[in-house]
Amino acid sequence: MSAHAGGYSADPRIRWIESLPWIVAIAAFFALPEYLSLGARILIYILYALSLDLIVGYAGIITLGHSAYFGLGAYVAGILAAKAGIGDPMLQLAAAAAAGALLGISTGAIILRTRALTLLMLTLAITSVLLEIANKATVLTGGADGLSGVVVAPVLGLFKFDIFGKTAYLYCLLVLLLGWWLVRKLIYSPFGTSLTGVRENSLRMHAIGAPVYWRLVLVYTLSATIAGVAGGLITQTNQFVGLNVLSFESAGELLVMLILGGVGRIYGAFVGPVVYLIAQDLLAKQFPEYWYFGIGTMLVLVVMFARGGILGILDGMLANLRRKP
Amino acid sequence: MSAAVLETRGLCKSFGALTVADNIAFRLEAGARHALIGPNGAGKTTFVNMLTGVLPPSSGHIVLSGEDITAMGQAKRVKRGLGRTFQINALFRRLSVLDNVALAVAERRGVAQRMLQAASAHSDVRDESMELLATLGLAEDASIRILDLPYGKQRLVEIAIALGLKPSVLLLDEPAAGVPSLESHRILRVLDRLPEHIAILIIEHDMDLVFRFAQRITVLVQGEVLVEGRPEEIAKDRRVHQVYLGEQHV
Repeated sequence: MSAHAGGYSADPRIRWIESLPWIVAIAAFFALPEYLSLGARILIYILYALSLDLIVGYAGIITLGHSAYFGLGAYVAGILAAKAGIGDPMLQLAAAAAAGALLGISTGAIILRTRALTLLMLTLAITSVLLEIANKATVLTGGADGLSGVVVAPVLGLFKFDIFGKTAYLYCLLVLLLGWWLVRKLIYSPFGTSLTGVRENSLRMHAIGAPVYWRLVLVYTLSATIAGVAGGLITQTNQFVGLNVLSFESAGELLVMLILGGVGRIYGAFVGPVVYLIAQDLLAKQFPEYWYFGIGTMLVLVVMFARGGILGILDGMLANLRRKP
Repeated sequence: MSAAVLETRGLCKSFGALTVADNIAFRLEAGARHALIGPNGAGKTTFVNMLTGVLPPSSGHIVLSGEDITAMGQAKRVKRGLGRTFQINALFRRLSVLDNVALAVAERRGVAQRMLQAASAHSDVRDESMELLATLGLAEDASIRILDLPYGKQRLVEIAIALGLKPSVLLLDEPAAGVPSLESHRILRVLDRLPEHIAILIIEHDMDLVFRFAQRITVLVQGEVLVEGRPEEIAKDRRVHQVYLGEQHV
């Protein structure tokens, strides 16, 4: 499961090892029924991390404000369910996606004219502004108390969300499958290769006539759309929206997950959230006051000794094995 | 005098009180082999940056194939046939040699924005890129990442990317920069074999390469055109000797 870089000589066919995450996910559904809520949360964060990987790992857009799109998607789905009486999960997700896309294109068109630290600060500003709006618009969002009363109708009118989280888990898995397919398709496409070109050398991309700015706006919008969907899912599975979905901590946490897994590798977005959220769950049970110490140590080790994340370590080991006669 | 494919009229560029290009009138004829030389700080790279749209001129005009492109963006100039290479390698370092060239070919063919088909399904892009690499003697290196490629070959990839755009005007900014003299002959061989219909403006410090390649030479000094002429005329010009060797050696 090495780095997926696309390109004009890359084989886009799905390799057998790429079925591994799905086999594990299905096995977990049957083997760990008491952990399905955590499982659904992990699946959502994988989708959210995939959206981040698309812009950070492939297009080289640095951000600390991706929670703006995730949070907006969460609130749009929640407000539709709790205030507008629209319970259909597909409609909620479609609205969350549209809201993410709209915010993505409108903010991306402005902030992607900047680079480096300015860009980083602007992404942070966007999520801070949205957080404050959500905090003040109590009639719609519930403010600091959060938005409750989220009602989600059965999926396709058939599958009710149950208290054991079975429907939620499978529903999230299906949405993740679609998101993964889309992201993978993009990465292997000429568009994805040109994004890698922008990440590697935007000066040269300009010099070969590529509309660099518009390519970045487009991928940023697509990423925001996927993050919006992930936000919609978190609302549907929790049936509650809190201000934390828009927080800087949420965006930072996501970046940590991606770095842990490996940036620009598709499957780093799978490994990172699994390791992070399971570690968080276990450490919080064992050391309720110091659980973040464990996460921090893990991050320090990865950043210092394994720049390619956990998948980078695995890649290195595989490469060593292949070299040995 | 044949038609000019690229022309500048009264081109000026100033950064505050510092003038780096002063009223440059320049003509590049179709299919020309033209060199732009001058001492360090003469404004050669600034001139190329203005031609390609990286820097806006303070005043004056740039005309490409009869069209005024002074206010045109970089990407549009490329689409109209203006290609360039860089003095310091500007390559996609973690991509393969093939992908470096294919990115340019895909842009020119208008497929680079496609999202739903795999890049490798565009065999026309791959085949054209491979053909181009073969003509430059790089076919065997197609799958190697730029990071792992010797520097001399990286300079050839610079040229290959520009050729992938099928330019009518090619600006080569010191193509042999940093290349040992033994290897620079290989670059000269490649330059000699470039299609005749491409008008080439080469900026180079290697005088051996300049005098072997160019049919006309323009000498730029402190942002101004000092003299322009055939290589033999430039070689004899006292002012050029003065600029390069100093007063006492003339």
